[in-house]
Amino acid sequence: MRHIISLLMENESGALSRVAGLFSARGYNIESLTVAPTEDPTLSRMTIVTRGSDDVIEQITKQLNKLVDVVKVQDLTDGGHIERELMLVKVRATGEYREEMKRMSDIFRGRIIDVTDKTYTIELTGTVSKLNAFLGALEPDAILEAVRTGASGIGRGERVMKV
Amino acid sequence: MADTETTGAEIVVRCLQAEGVEYVFGYPGGAVLNIYDEIYKQKRFKHVLVRHEQAAVHAADAYARSTGRVGVALVTSGPGATNAVTGIATAYMDSIPLVVLTGQVPTAAIGMDAFQEVDTVGISRPCVKHNFLVKDVRELATTIKKAFYIAATGRPGPVVVDIPKDVTQHTCAFEYPADIRMRSYNPTFKGHAGQIKRAVQMLLEAKRPMIYTGGGVILGDAAEQVIELTRLLGYPVTNTLMGLGGYPAPDPLFLGMLGMHGTFEANMAMQHCDVLLAVGARFDDRVIGNPKHFAKEARRIVHIDVDPSSISKRVKVDVPIVGDVAHVLDEIIRQLKAGSERPDQAALKAWWAQIELWRSQDCLKYDRSSEVIKPQYVIEKLYEVTGGEAYVTSDVGQHQMWAAQYYPFSKPRRWINSGGLGTMGVGLPYAMGVQLAFPDAMVACVTGEGSIQMNIQELSTCQQENLPIKIILLNNRYLGMVRQWQEFFYEERYAESYVDALPDFAKLAEAYGHVGMTIEKPQDVEPALRDAFGKYRDRLVFLNFVTDPRENVYPMIPAGKGLSEMILV
Repeated sequence: MRHIISLLMENESGALSRVAGLFSARGYNIESLTVAPTEDPTLSRMTIVTRGSDDVIEQITKQLNKLVDVVKVQDLTDGGHIERELMLVKVRATGEYREEMKRMSDIFRGRIIDVTDKTYTIELTGTVSKLNAFLGALEPDAILEAVRTGASGIGRGERVMKV
Repeated sequence: MADTETTGAEIVVRCLQAEGVEYVFGYPGGAVLNIYDEIYKQKRFKHVLVRHEQAAVHAADAYARSTGRVGVALVTSGPGATNAVTGIATAYMDSIPLVVLTGQVPTAAIGMDAFQEVDTVGISRPCVKHNFLVKDVRELATTIKKAFYIAATGRPGPVVVDIPKDVTQHTCAFEYPADIRMRSYNPTFKGHAGQIKRAVQMLLEAKRPMIYTGGGVILGDAAEQVIELTRLLGYPVTNTLMGLGGYPAPDPLFLGMLGMHGTFEANMAMQHCDVLLAVGARFDDRVIGNPKHFAKEARRIVHIDVDPSSISKRVKVDVPIVGDVAHVLDEIIRQLKAGSERPDQAALKAWWAQIELWRSQDCLKYDRSSEVIKPQYVIEKLYEVTGGEAYVTSDVGQHQMWAAQYYPFSKPRRWINSGGLGTMGVGLPYAMGVQLAFPDAMVACVTGEGSIQMNIQELSTCQQENLPIKIILLNNRYLGMVRQWQEFFYEERYAESYVDALPDFAKLAEAYGHVGMTIEKPQDVEPALRDAFGKYRDRLVFLNFVTDPRENVYPMIPAGKGLSEMILV
């Protein structure tokens, strides 16, 4: 099953490699991993999307907790949560594509943030599946380049993860 | 009280002094010369010069295993650090508290492929509990304090502190923090009260109980509690390879070691019990074999461990208790004593009758009338001659298993071996660490002709430090465990398992300034051992026992098989 795991860790050099190294050393999947400092610059917040049986996910959260730099771990999948991913897609915008791409971007509530004679760059935010759907809806020929951030997640309602 | 202007090198030394360090095992080199210069100027701790950095870490590791204190090693950058990695990984697998200080090239040179530069933090990361690169001299003291704290608390482990050379030259005010708090690191100490209550209930309901304890009992200094609990309940108890000495082996409640080369009775009782109390153990592959086979028999499991990730990793448990094993056992004992309920004596009697039947198999029997020296016989004689009071270190292989099977340990921290990583070559440096920690104790290094050659250069260190270690070489001219697997599972194709061109070990020992003996007949075994521990008690004695090359370790559970699928002699 797909799980989205949030963690807070000390914003130290090498912290990311400890997490990445743990996943590769123990053979866990990483579907995506995002990381950036929080409002408190001494802390980094990481969102990891992974897949595994309940046993594997239990081990993953325990092993993450065991890392000395990790302050808090939460499996967001355990409760209501919101996740978003940002994608930038550069698409062909010549001939019939010029209108078509604008229309598709509107349908998916994207924004065109850069324009040339031949290309549009579309910014799109949403769940992982929405971004997948958008890419699926475009003709493969039309996609020149796509870059995705990986999912970021946060608990729904009053659920808060803080030190 | 803060001093003014202390160099990084002096800070390192003063931190080690503040931690009450007794020995630093190390090897100098360019990046650590400033630190060595400060060591030269002080007398509070002793530096032991090894002949290879791997041995420095192993010796520090054995010092930690035998004393319970944090072991300290110091090596230079680059090859110094990479040579140390095997030692660090060995300690990591067995959860041994170590602080390993590594030199690093100056901060400005990091990433420049400088001479003797290696990414020590990167290389060691998967085999340390934690590691640090200190880039600012002002963080040095706090980092070393953290290193000792992390190494020794919770589930112990090695911590590497990588110190660039310029940091050892820079100065700042020195103050060693009295204590340390880390928001990201707070090991659980007290067990959950509700879970402990459930555990007590479950133990009392048992019809076929079993107590299984591991290295955690040794590391957590909980042998006393294991003894009290086991005797209070009258339940059978087994130890893992790492847990030997956690319960006195000569006691009738003790079923011997379990696992791949465990006793028939321990493995059968483990497989067929209905309530299992696991303490400081991790159900690893060499202990329970195939987890699917293990799960075939229904049993309820209480698992006490300081590390939550050890619980329900290979085997699902019913009552997990995260906490310090001694503390949790104290609480279980207290509740058992306070309550009026006692175990079902009739059921227990029947269970013991079954166990005695298994025990009557006498699974450790061997040919005592042999004309050639049987390795088991050497270990039995070693036990007799030392009165069971020796510290026994071992290398890895058949001799390790025979030492574990035929030397009944009565006390914790007496059996020093590499259980998790299975590192050949640990035996001699382990013996060094133990002998330095306990100068008057009998220290025997049980080894094979394969393993001993992996760190044989340390005979030189032993000479320098006057260490009266007794090396018990079970020389069967084969990499014995490899040979055994090839005999059982590879139709006797002995690929590269014969150790040709062996040196004359007795002469080799003499060349290093020690006493060497070669023993070829069974009747000479005991006199040689008596000489070694008597006449030559103050010398290192290298006893080369020429043993039966065809002897195998029994019982044996083939890899991937279940606990009740043993090959018996």
